[in-house]
Amino acid sequence: MSALSRRQFVAAGVAAGAGLVIGFYLPHSNSSNRARDGFAPNAYLTITPDGKITVVVARSEMGQGVRTSLPMILAEELEADWKQIVIEQAGASTLYGDQTTGGSASVRTTWDPMRKAGAAAREMLISAAALEWSVPRSDCKAGNSMVVHAASNRRLTYGQLASKASAQSIPTDVPLKQAKDYKIVGTPVARLDVPSKVNGTAEFGIDFRVPGMKYAVLERCPVIGGKVASFDDKESRKISGIGYVGKIGDSAVAVVADSVWSAMEGRRTLNVQWDEGPNKDLNSAAITASLKKSASNKAVTLYSTGDVSKASGRHIEAEYQLPLMAHAAMEPGNCTAHFRGSDCELWAPTQVPQDVRDSVAQALGLAPDRVKVNVTLIGGGFGRRLEHDYGVEAALVSKAANSPVKVLWTREDDMRNSTYRPASYHKLSAVLDGQGWPLAFSHRIVSPSISGQKGLPTPNGVDPDLPDEAALVYSFPTALVEYVVAETPVPLGWMRSVYALQAGFASESFIDELALAAKKDPLDYRLHLLAKDEDIKYFDTVWHTARMRGVLQLAAKKAGWGKPLRAGHYQGIACFGCFSTYMAEVVEISMENGQPRVHRIVAAMDCGQVVNPSILEQQIKGGVIYALTNALRAQITIDKGRVVQGNFDDYAPVRMNEAPLIEVLSVPSAEAPTGAGEPPVPPLAPALCNAIFAATKKRIRALPILT
Amino acid sequence: MAAITLHINGSERKVDVAPETPLLWVLRDTLEMTGTKFGCGAGLCGACTVHMNGAAVRSCSTPVSQATAKNITTIEGLSASGLHPLQHAWIEEQVPQCGYCQTGQIMAAAALLAKTPQPSDDQITQAMSGNLCRCGTYDRIRRAIHRAAGTEGVR
Repeated sequence: MSALSRRQFVAAGVAAGAGLVIGFYLPHSNSSNRARDGFAPNAYLTITPDGKITVVVARSEMGQGVRTSLPMILAEELEADWKQIVIEQAGASTLYGDQTTGGSASVRTTWDPMRKAGAAAREMLISAAALEWSVPRSDCKAGNSMVVHAASNRRLTYGQLASKASAQSIPTDVPLKQAKDYKIVGTPVARLDVPSKVNGTAEFGIDFRVPGMKYAVLERCPVIGGKVASFDDKESRKISGIGYVGKIGDSAVAVVADSVWSAMEGRRTLNVQWDEGPNKDLNSAAITASLKKSASNKAVTLYSTGDVSKASGRHIEAEYQLPLMAHAAMEPGNCTAHFRGSDCELWAPTQVPQDVRDSVAQALGLAPDRVKVNVTLIGGGFGRRLEHDYGVEAALVSKAANSPVKVLWTREDDMRNSTYRPASYHKLSAVLDGQGWPLAFSHRIVSPSISGQKGLPTPNGVDPDLPDEAALVYSFPTALVEYVVAETPVPLGWMRSVYALQAGFASESFIDELALAAKKDPLDYRLHLLAKDEDIKYFDTVWHTARMRGVLQLAAKKAGWGKPLRAGHYQGIACFGCFSTYMAEVVEISMENGQPRVHRIVAAMDCGQVVNPSILEQQIKGGVIYALTNALRAQITIDKGRVVQGNFDDYAPVRMNEAPLIEVLSVPSAEAPTGAGEPPVPPLAPALCNAIFAATKKRIRALPILT
Repeated sequence: MAAITLHINGSERKVDVAPETPLLWVLRDTLEMTGTKFGCGAGLCGACTVHMNGAAVRSCSTPVSQATAKNITTIEGLSASGLHPLQHAWIEEQVPQCGYCQTGQIMAAAALLAKTPQPSDDQITQAMSGNLCRCGTYDRIRRAIHRAAGTEGVR
């Protein structure tokens, strides 16, 4: 895929269903990239005569468990012995379709191709055994990495069959297993990456080294959109080990040295004059004011049912707003590059190896096939590594310094030169009938467009991420969701759950306001709006009220909603659907010195078939903790065109002392899997703020909660 | 630059670096021991935690000149067998997600257990709240520490 597509393509792939998925399934015989001995019926799989089964993982491992969950899917259909599975990480390739890791899409978009890859191989292995024994195929069964002919008690291992199976034709239409017959999928298989992550041998991007490699840090213009006017490296050159010092692009100066520390010291003593450019007076107050002002601009309709303007009754209105936020992954930005004149190789902790390849090729004036991108382990992505900047910088510095180079970002570099979750503003209104039930529900989302700012396609003026992240899974007699595109010079990026955090906070807080106005219990109020089994089509996704009702009831029951709580404890509830997954959360708090203390969170998810419940639990708990930081404190502010926050003191994630008890529930399901990494995020902030309202009668309409 | 002798994981290592260089970068760049991670460079996140004479310290904020004549232990030398009871417990409880902070978490936990072999929930919280994890693995970390210590948490 071109650099002009990434996340939308994933969304389109899900929507387009089987057609695109087939495109992922490329027979190995038609490709030349992976020549090796043994049985390699497709680009995902190789079985060698020694019985080793190698599964290629064409997504990036950033903690979400794809190096385990994706091979599980293939191994299930292959009828493999899990202990024989080893994985191989794919770099940027042409064999696996879009390799973007984002949009909670890894399992849902590879579910079909990985199953088909495993099933096709299984059928070929069975054919090979049947041929060997001269018995009908139907008398042979595959299991545990063997094919067995029960009648004659003969068996051959997959290793023994590997070369014979290679001679079989690749079946095009293969039977897939029923969920009830799964032996691997649905079980808490231990992650393959864990042993290396506890003994220090796991190799992240920052750990990768090339012989002769130098280290670089870049001094980037502190003002958004500013440029380098001039620089003086006289003092820097006094530092031992300093090599190349020079401009990279318009807005940064690179300092290359023999060690990270020398490069950092070289940068500290560098003297750069900046041309601060048009944003030197930008500040957060102006950003907020501009968003509010934009609210009256022409809106695009995202969703409409009935005519909200015809409803008459009691009017309720509220406004909500959210700040800029930064991903702040634990592994700071980095990339290693080696430009060799006519080609370039990179070792990148990236969520978009193909985009890095294409952007680097463009920046260096090379053909894309002259750029090789190897994908390393990623120390947390959360969307930040959907950008290509790390890779392009590293390639340019390697070229300028004429050496393999690792470009390293410090924490401050990372915090101040990120692509931020956009700040947004929300106007909500409702018309209630005499009983307090909504006759009309309207939500106007005012936010800059991430895709629009990046020059990516925005069909009908809508950021294509938005529809999947601003759904309303309630049955309203009339409803209207609108979107106003605001402008901002602040660089924007996709951050875990993207627009769903904004949309979920605003709409699920407002639902609580309506329940209060109606003098009804917040859970009962939601269940009433979900009472009728209904399919709600929201762009390409069809939402089912029954499934949302299911997660709400599950979470509420486990949390003891409506039952007496410990003195001084209060609960709040919220539910939200995004990435085709249904999520409900109940948050229990007490107030201490005017601040909420979160004691317990119950989180219930319906994401269809669960591949690995242990990894799913990690994703849900991790999403909830990430969201708790977002709700409580995550806020990037701008002053004089500069990002104010720099490190984990002024942008302070939740630590163990603030981490509540989290209980996770998932709905048993044989539906095709949907997203898991991002859906836990949106319900947390509204559930927490609804709990704070229950405790204090104070409604929080702007995040973060603690200022 | 200065010739500096360090005692790391039971071995003597000689390095020639500027004396103010943080121990972290000597470990990672000079000695190529990359299990110790760079997270914040300011002693705020704990990803760079190592032991100096048994105490957990932030190697990103410790000049290498202050690390001479001390016994330094890194994740690579935490256990001769490569599987300290905490590392075993970390696998049993399937703690890591991205894994980047986990070596620092394990080093912090090992320093805790060396002093407090049977920690309570509160003692674990106290000892571990200096170590950030953006994947939110805190409750599995707590469970793994209890498992390694043979204790049970109340939560």
